[in-house]
Amino acid sequence: MTKREQATAKGRRVHRRIMLWSMLVIALGAMIAPLGGYLFVEIAGAQGFEEVNPRSETTWRDVREGNTGVTTVLGDETGVLIQNGGENWRQLRNGIVANVMPWVLLAALVAIVLVYFIGGRHRLDEKPSGAVVPRWKLWERVLHWTTATLFILLAITGLSLLFGRAVMIPVMGPEGFAAYAGGAMNVHNYVGPVFTLCVAAMALAWVWHNIPTRADLEWFKAGGGFLKGRHPSAGRMNGGEKVWFWFIVLVGGVVCATGVVMDFPIWGQTRETMQQANLVHAVASILWIGLFFGHAYIGTLGTEGAIDGMKTGYVSVEWAKQHHDLWYEEVKDQEVDASEIGLTSGVATTRTPPEKPASTG
Amino acid sequence: MARMKFLCDAERCIECNACVTACKNENEVPWGVNRRRVVTLNDGVPGEKSISVACMHCTDAPCAAVCPVDCFYTTDDGIVLHDKDLCIGCGYCFYACPFGAPQYPKQEAFGVRGKMDKCTFCAGGPNDDNSDAEYSKYGANRVAEGKLPACAEMCSTKALLAGDGDMVADIYRERVMRRSGRPQTWGWDKAYGAGV
Repeated sequence: MTKREQATAKGRRVHRRIMLWSMLVIALGAMIAPLGGYLFVEIAGAQGFEEVNPRSETTWRDVREGNTGVTTVLGDETGVLIQNGGENWRQLRNGIVANVMPWVLLAALVAIVLVYFIGGRHRLDEKPSGAVVPRWKLWERVLHWTTATLFILLAITGLSLLFGRAVMIPVMGPEGFAAYAGGAMNVHNYVGPVFTLCVAAMALAWVWHNIPTRADLEWFKAGGGFLKGRHPSAGRMNGGEKVWFWFIVLVGGVVCATGVVMDFPIWGQTRETMQQANLVHAVASILWIGLFFGHAYIGTLGTEGAIDGMKTGYVSVEWAKQHHDLWYEEVKDQEVDASEIGLTSGVATTRTPPEKPASTG
Repeated sequence: MARMKFLCDAERCIECNACVTACKNENEVPWGVNRRRVVTLNDGVPGEKSISVACMHCTDAPCAAVCPVDCFYTTDDGIVLHDKDLCIGCGYCFYACPFGAPQYPKQEAFGVRGKMDKCTFCAGGPNDDNSDAEYSKYGANRVAEGKLPACAEMCSTKALLAGDGDMVADIYRERVMRRSGRPQTWGWDKAYGAGV
């Protein structure tokens, strides 16, 4: 190795060492230098430099978070400069609630039509003989139909307030719809609390019929007799009716509670509470309406003879045996002939399946 | 076309509530309704800040988006107004508004809301300009007379600015510059000069 080569190799080693140290200094410097700001703040603070950067000022951040200030104006939440929840409420109400929930209702209607045309009506297996058993007392029927009437009123007015702007203003015009909506809102607001009491009364009156039992499990396993075949056993209320009852108690109870919260804005509830109540109210009540379609179909067109119980208070023995065999065993000693209690036409005991209208065209 | 905006300079507002009084006087608002209010943050603490707030006449107004009867409209000047003949008093605009601008006269039973009332930027409503019907429902229409809202016009410290958004922004920007630039753009000294 010549002297010259030795010198070159040494130079390279030195060069490499300098490069390594430089990189180390750069890396450490890049990590440490930004921390110098803290040192500056420390020094500035020690010098009594009290003013703070407005970007770090928390006042406006607090405002954005809805913190309350002081104001001479009396009223709920007047000290709040900015309430953020409304924007979320707007997006959820005008977005998901208004755009998704109508499809739930449509799906319920389509399902019912499919059941009607594919599964067909649930007819009585035996022709009614004329013997009937009591099912619903007069006060129970009054309670049922009062609640049902109020429910339909509330459903129509409520859906009008949610979807009327998109659906009804183009048809009725702004003035016509505003006049209707004003009435609809008042009906909704005044009927709501009465309806709530009716629902509570129904829940109390019928809770004893609706305690889930082992028979309900079997009923569900058999598909409620919906799929053709052996009709599953059921007590006074079958599994499906119990689902409807508990749906009303739980989901319906939520609808009633949230409705009352919005109906009386005089109890000092905050906007946030009412925004959330409104969303829950809309979603839960539309689910309720969807299930109500099913209830109305099964109770009238879907099951032959079912409507008689709520209409006259009596059901035919054949219907009771077919749909509620366990309950029939309990009440068969109360069996009477329809003519004895003045029931004639329009009752399953004497009715033949209705003729289809000659022309639908 | 102008886009009308309010701006409240928190360094200048002294919480005198003259804007609130001017608004009530100019528009003869119903009892219990306050179209404008002054909120003081950190009241009593050094550095407290006061802001006069009313309807901010949003470009994409949440109240208008949720109104079930679609009674809101935006004028050519960017002022958000509503039609009390259509309003049903449901309260949805009150749920949606971030500023608590919509107000309701509460004289009816069971807390039923009356027709909504809010700041009109002193621009009345859909009725004929300065007609009796417009005045009784919406208050004064100063904009139709070429004037700006009464609250801003009579603000003693000119904290509350109203008018074309570009001009308001220019005025505010000039103030900020005179306050010796950022980040020292706050405090009494910066707003009015040291030793005033």
